[in-house]
Amino acid sequence: MLHTRQSPNSSRIRFRLLADRSAKIMFGAAALFGIVIMGILLVRITSEGLSWLSLDFLTGRFSTTPERAGIMGAVLGTFWLLAVVVPVTMLVGIGSAVYLELYSKNGKIRTFIQTNIGNLAGVPSIVFGILGLTVFVRALGFGSVVLAGGLTLSLLILPIVIVSAQEALRSVPHQLGDASYALGASKWQTIQSVILPVALPSILTGAILALSRAIGETAPLVVLGIPALLIPFPGGILDRFTVLPMQIYYWTLDAALVADYAHLAAAASIVLLISLFLLNGSAIYLRNKYTIKA
Amino acid sequence: MTSPFQASSSSNSSIRDLIRHNQDKKSFRKTIEVWIPRFLFLLASLSVLTTVGILIILLTEAIEFFKTVPILDFFTGTVLKPLSQTPAFGILPLVMGTLVSSGIAILVAGPIGLMAAIYLSEYASRRVRSVLKPALELLAGVPTIVYGFFAFTFVTPLLRQWIPSLEATNILSPGLVMGVMIIPMIASLSEDAMRSVPQAMREGSAALGSTKLETALKVVVPAALSGIIASFVLGISRALGETMIVAIASGSSKNFTFDITESMQTMTAYIVEVTSGDAAAGSTVYYSLYAVAMTLFATTLLMNLLAGKIARKFREVY
Repeated sequence: MLHTRQSPNSSRIRFRLLADRSAKIMFGAAALFGIVIMGILLVRITSEGLSWLSLDFLTGRFSTTPERAGIMGAVLGTFWLLAVVVPVTMLVGIGSAVYLELYSKNGKIRTFIQTNIGNLAGVPSIVFGILGLTVFVRALGFGSVVLAGGLTLSLLILPIVIVSAQEALRSVPHQLGDASYALGASKWQTIQSVILPVALPSILTGAILALSRAIGETAPLVVLGIPALLIPFPGGILDRFTVLPMQIYYWTLDAALVADYAHLAAAASIVLLISLFLLNGSAIYLRNKYTIKA
Repeated sequence: MTSPFQASSSSNSSIRDLIRHNQDKKSFRKTIEVWIPRFLFLLASLSVLTTVGILIILLTEAIEFFKTVPILDFFTGTVLKPLSQTPAFGILPLVMGTLVSSGIAILVAGPIGLMAAIYLSEYASRRVRSVLKPALELLAGVPTIVYGFFAFTFVTPLLRQWIPSLEATNILSPGLVMGVMIIPMIASLSEDAMRSVPQAMREGSAALGSTKLETALKVVVPAALSGIIASFVLGISRALGETMIVAIASGSSKNFTFDITESMQTMTAYIVEVTSGDAAAGSTVYYSLYAVAMTLFATTLLMNLLAGKIARKFREVY
């Protein structure tokens, strides 16, 4: 009796354990899948573009001759773009977060703005491009210049900046604020000289991650009519400009016509990826270094 | 040394000055305390203004478009020929392209993302997790233009070795690459949902003799189902709005078909095509941009609201 009952059971247990072990391998493989694909992508881009990456490429002007083409114009374009995006998103992003976290009473207005920010974060970036095209390029008459691109990208990343700044403000221990009030400081004094300085590293982390999103963004800029084939360097926020993703886009599309363009696109991708990894790395470093140990 | 009493008149006036000065400072501070919140409120309402701006622009320009193209023809038309002598504006080819590419993406990212989430949440040791999670975050940080380059110059040629009938621009390859792109999103959101399942439920299941797999599939996944479904919906919504991968790798043929080896155009890629050409402002082609963008905006907004609702409504309360 015991024997007959045990034998099917033990084979069933063996099967269940086997299923568990194989599932673990399969799930682990799934977790590695994305990383493997990323490895292939990196190897592919490096093998295509590394030999084209030179000082001349980094400092050269745009050219239709692949051997003479450079990306300095796009790098300067990104620089000027950030000159618009950084101040706008920092001011509006931190300001909104301070209002929502520290000033607004837990009322309807706050819920409304908060829901609205959540929904904005899910709007496809190309729709922001259409907003920018209609408002900044056409209605306000800026044209396809740095200011129009910068304001459009600012609106795009603002929800991310606001939400991460809110989290940073929320993580400041409230005893700090209470102590400041107890010393007779007013609300704004407390925010300005106690709460904001403590929250600043986390706010910056979130802001840097959002900025790296803006630097890698292409779709809204295409809609704004930002050119990829630009010879003069931009010298200010009212100049026409181009950025790395735009150059990669056009080089990829025209790779069917000029085979070497694929190498240029790969080389430009290497530069873009390295700068984004450095940015994200510095954000993570900042987060780890200044995290408040509560 | 002068006694304080001797200089009484002058010190009197200086104290008065001091008091006045202090009052000025106080009233200045009071003004700041009143005006700062108002200013910050203005900044915070900018995001509402953005939404209102998007809505107004899309609606008014789309209405302008529907004056020339009847709204019913637009939403039921299967032919899209914006630049032909006899133009036709039916959005269905674009809807088809969008649905097919997003469908392929979720078929890739759904199972893989979910399995990765189960691994991270149920199997991985703390050390493995601390390496895998940032690596997945890096994957999410790759710009979509780089994914587009990868799809067009690597994935498509690779696939053509197995599927000879695959066109140089097709919807399959960008769909697959979009799937890879949204894996981190689905994995991370699903993992969050699974980790919020109380440990006691796992322990109860283990005490009844379940293996980890049985606990994961029969206890943790069902308990976290609302969050998992929400992550899928958000993933699809992200794929619907993705632009550069499809704009590069799926071409611009406005085919109304189910054949994934053919070139198809998504709503986003259509917007890119129209805006990078020179459609004169005021032309029907130009206005069609807004009608398509409005459809895209409405679809993704509905999906995002749906995801939020699922996550809230069906959340198990412990």
